[in-house]
Amino acid sequence: MTTQTLPSANTSWLKQLPVISHLRMSSGLQRGMLVAGLVLSVLFFLCALFAPLIAPFDFAQSSDASGDFPRQAAPDAKFIWGTTATGYDVFSRTLYGAQTAIWVIVAAVVMSLFVGVLLGLISGYLGGWFDRIMVVLADAIYAFPSLLLAIVMSIVISQGQSSLFGGIMAAAISITVVFIPQYFRVVRAEVMRLKAEPFVESAQVIGASPWRVMFTHLLRNSTRTLPLIFTLNATEALLTLAGLGFLGFGIEPTAASEWGYDLNRAMSDATSGIWWTGLFPGLAIVLTVMGLTLVGESMNDLNDPRLRRFSRKKAKRITQSTQRGATQ
Amino acid sequence: MKHSSTDTRHPNDAPEQVLRIEGLNIDFVTDAGAIPAVRGVDLEVKAGEILAIVGESGSGKSVTARTALGILAENGAAHGGVYLNGKNMLTLHGAQLREVRGRDVAMVFQEPSTALNPVFTVGWQIMEGIRTHSKISKKEAKARAIEAMRQVGIPHPEQRVNYYPHQFSGGQKQRVVIAAALALKPRLIVADEPTTALDVTVQAEILSLLRELRAELGTAIVIITHNMGVVADIADRVVVMNQGQIVEQAPALELFERPQQDYTKSLLAAVPHLGRESASASLSERPHTDASVLVEAKGLGVHFPGRLGSAGFTAVKDVDLKIHAGEVYGLVGESGSGKTTIGRSIAGLNRITSGSLKVLGYEMAAFKERSFKPLREQIGFVFQDPAASFNPHLTVGECVAEPLAVHRELNPAQTRAKVSELLEAVQLPAGFAQRYPHELSGGQRQRASLARALALDPKLLIADEPTSALDVSVQAKVLELFRELQTELGFAALFVSHDLAVVDQLATWVGVLYRGNLVEEGLGSKVLAKPQHTYTQRLIASLPVPDPREQAQRRALIEELNQG
Repeated sequence: MTTQTLPSANTSWLKQLPVISHLRMSSGLQRGMLVAGLVLSVLFFLCALFAPLIAPFDFAQSSDASGDFPRQAAPDAKFIWGTTATGYDVFSRTLYGAQTAIWVIVAAVVMSLFVGVLLGLISGYLGGWFDRIMVVLADAIYAFPSLLLAIVMSIVISQGQSSLFGGIMAAAISITVVFIPQYFRVVRAEVMRLKAEPFVESAQVIGASPWRVMFTHLLRNSTRTLPLIFTLNATEALLTLAGLGFLGFGIEPTAASEWGYDLNRAMSDATSGIWWTGLFPGLAIVLTVMGLTLVGESMNDLNDPRLRRFSRKKAKRITQSTQRGATQ
Repeated sequence: MKHSSTDTRHPNDAPEQVLRIEGLNIDFVTDAGAIPAVRGVDLEVKAGEILAIVGESGSGKSVTARTALGILAENGAAHGGVYLNGKNMLTLHGAQLREVRGRDVAMVFQEPSTALNPVFTVGWQIMEGIRTHSKISKKEAKARAIEAMRQVGIPHPEQRVNYYPHQFSGGQKQRVVIAAALALKPRLIVADEPTTALDVTVQAEILSLLRELRAELGTAIVIITHNMGVVADIADRVVVMNQGQIVEQAPALELFERPQQDYTKSLLAAVPHLGRESASASLSERPHTDASVLVEAKGLGVHFPGRLGSAGFTAVKDVDLKIHAGEVYGLVGESGSGKTTIGRSIAGLNRITSGSLKVLGYEMAAFKERSFKPLREQIGFVFQDPAASFNPHLTVGECVAEPLAVHRELNPAQTRAKVSELLEAVQLPAGFAQRYPHELSGGQRQRASLARALALDPKLLIADEPTSALDVSVQAKVLELFRELQTELGFAALFVSHDLAVVDQLATWVGVLYRGNLVEEGLGSKVLAKPQHTYTQRLIASLPVPDPREQAQRRALIEELNQG
């Protein structure tokens, strides 16, 4: 996803990377939103990456050398966010939950990206009966509530099995099925628009084959908006995963830690005044979703010059620096 | 200067100032830093005067004129003074600004079909301005809207006031826009390229309307244009702008006859003048008739089917034409005449629906991409918009090498050598191969486009309005290059354009299309000198020439033709 922006001779490729280039052109409130989103997202990535180092216990650990962990213990020095009804450490489970979440997000988004873009490209460019069937299929999938579809898919795929890999893949594939139509739609619409552009026609009059037109001329030009859908879909993938876990179609607690499952277990605790088992996984979901959404939305606004705002300070700075340059 | 501006002005109407611009500087803030758009512009407009601001794209002419209405893009910063009837438009805000707009100054936009809101009747849109500025009843406002529509020459204004924009033709839509601008009888109208989106015959009507309105109402008009013919036709005084600065300011007649600045001279020299430098000047018969026939159309028809429930559109009807090897065939027509459709049919981008079209011996009526593909290397195509006809993600070198990649099997070194050879042929430095299309100017891109079209030494080149998106000075250079390459390489070409003057400079044999019919065909110089068909006569008379004296005579001719 790093080759989206046009490389130019005088700026380094690093500054052209999606997020970095966006950060450079933002200012004011828009920059604040982007930075807040980036901080939350980076925090999420760091948690996932270093969970084994930061977490004091394993996610499925309910005892150590000093004996069994207390059940539903309030936060104290040893268990800083308390323990659950089964004696797991909430802090450790929340950290490991980030790991599961990231696996599912990456797997789901990457799988749906490849399939969706490819189908969209072919369907949009070639048209005809293939296009019509694909559009009807995509519409049919759209008409399903996405969570219901994910539940059906997870039953079909995993049949109740709940190993780490199986659980993650089941969740990822069920989310993939929901997402493919989105990528398909976006890329197809873009390709349909580009098909009539003179640069595509100029390839056609040269005699380029349909494959060449699709993969050299259309592919890169039609994937401009994908980084945005990518970030926005990541949040939806996370929510779907949490939803599946909450409804009991997720990953077993001994196979991996999963925020939605933990929330489900915490339901009965909440009525008896045990707030820590539900609060932290819930917060983790909210903050991660918020972080990714902020990044996605800010990128969306910054990509469109009409939505991009220059703060007064930045406009002044730019004008002054140019005038100084002109007088020298 | 004596002939048109002074006698139309009311005798006791002292030429007072309507607009005065002093020391105007405008900058635009972008990611790349502040970009100066206008530098130190001073100008004034007197009551009842038509001032033309001319310049090429990016000269700052639009931005300058728009400050008269207090319009400035959000990332723009203006300094200086823009005094409209003594009020500085740059310091007015909110309600004060709205008070002035429409009442004291109004604007006519370039594209009438987007300037009108499609969901309201034209009457409503004219009344909107009237009712915001004066507290009058709806009935009265409507009466005034009808009056304004009558003034701009729309027939049956009583009924048509209730029509929606799509029920009007392009020229009539522009009349409605002008009526809306006039409704409050402002003292100044700013018209930003008011005729650029219109065909020449319609352009002539709109220009004569503006001239009449000035004579009747004494409204001052600032007209922004890149077309020197329009300037010669309508302007009393001309301001020439280049790179945000005023180059020259003079009465129209003086500017055309005795331009002082080099820039103005080069600008005027670049404008194609009807009947000068004709490619067929020395010919009395069609050349190349003994050469083989590359393209032959017999009763060619192209019909586009409509959507469900609506009738289709026949773009080309029963056209017969022949293009011989080595010949440049010029196809002229207004928008919707089918000229582009014919070009695209020859290149296999459209399917023909009736008659026969033989391209290099291949019958296009039985078109199959697979069997036509080998012939594609014999056909080059240059598109209208050079900015859109290159893949923005490929370098210029890769774009030019595209035909080689498809039809020839060359190794990278051979390809590179061939690309730099091609770029050299179109007078571009070989280093441009590494650049991306957006890093080139419009003219450079069109040269690269020509290089790509010629990469395989085609026998036939189809050029679809190759210069209409370019500024005149750039257009002149590209046309010159085209002519040189054609003489050198001897390919046959179909040159499609709406501009008769341009076509005549390049093509020896010219065909005139009108609503899908080929109404006239002949040597360029003959068609221009003695047009046979009434449409061709009107077309030629409507094309404004960049010479105010000659244009005044031609204007009389149009009026005669329109009456007859």
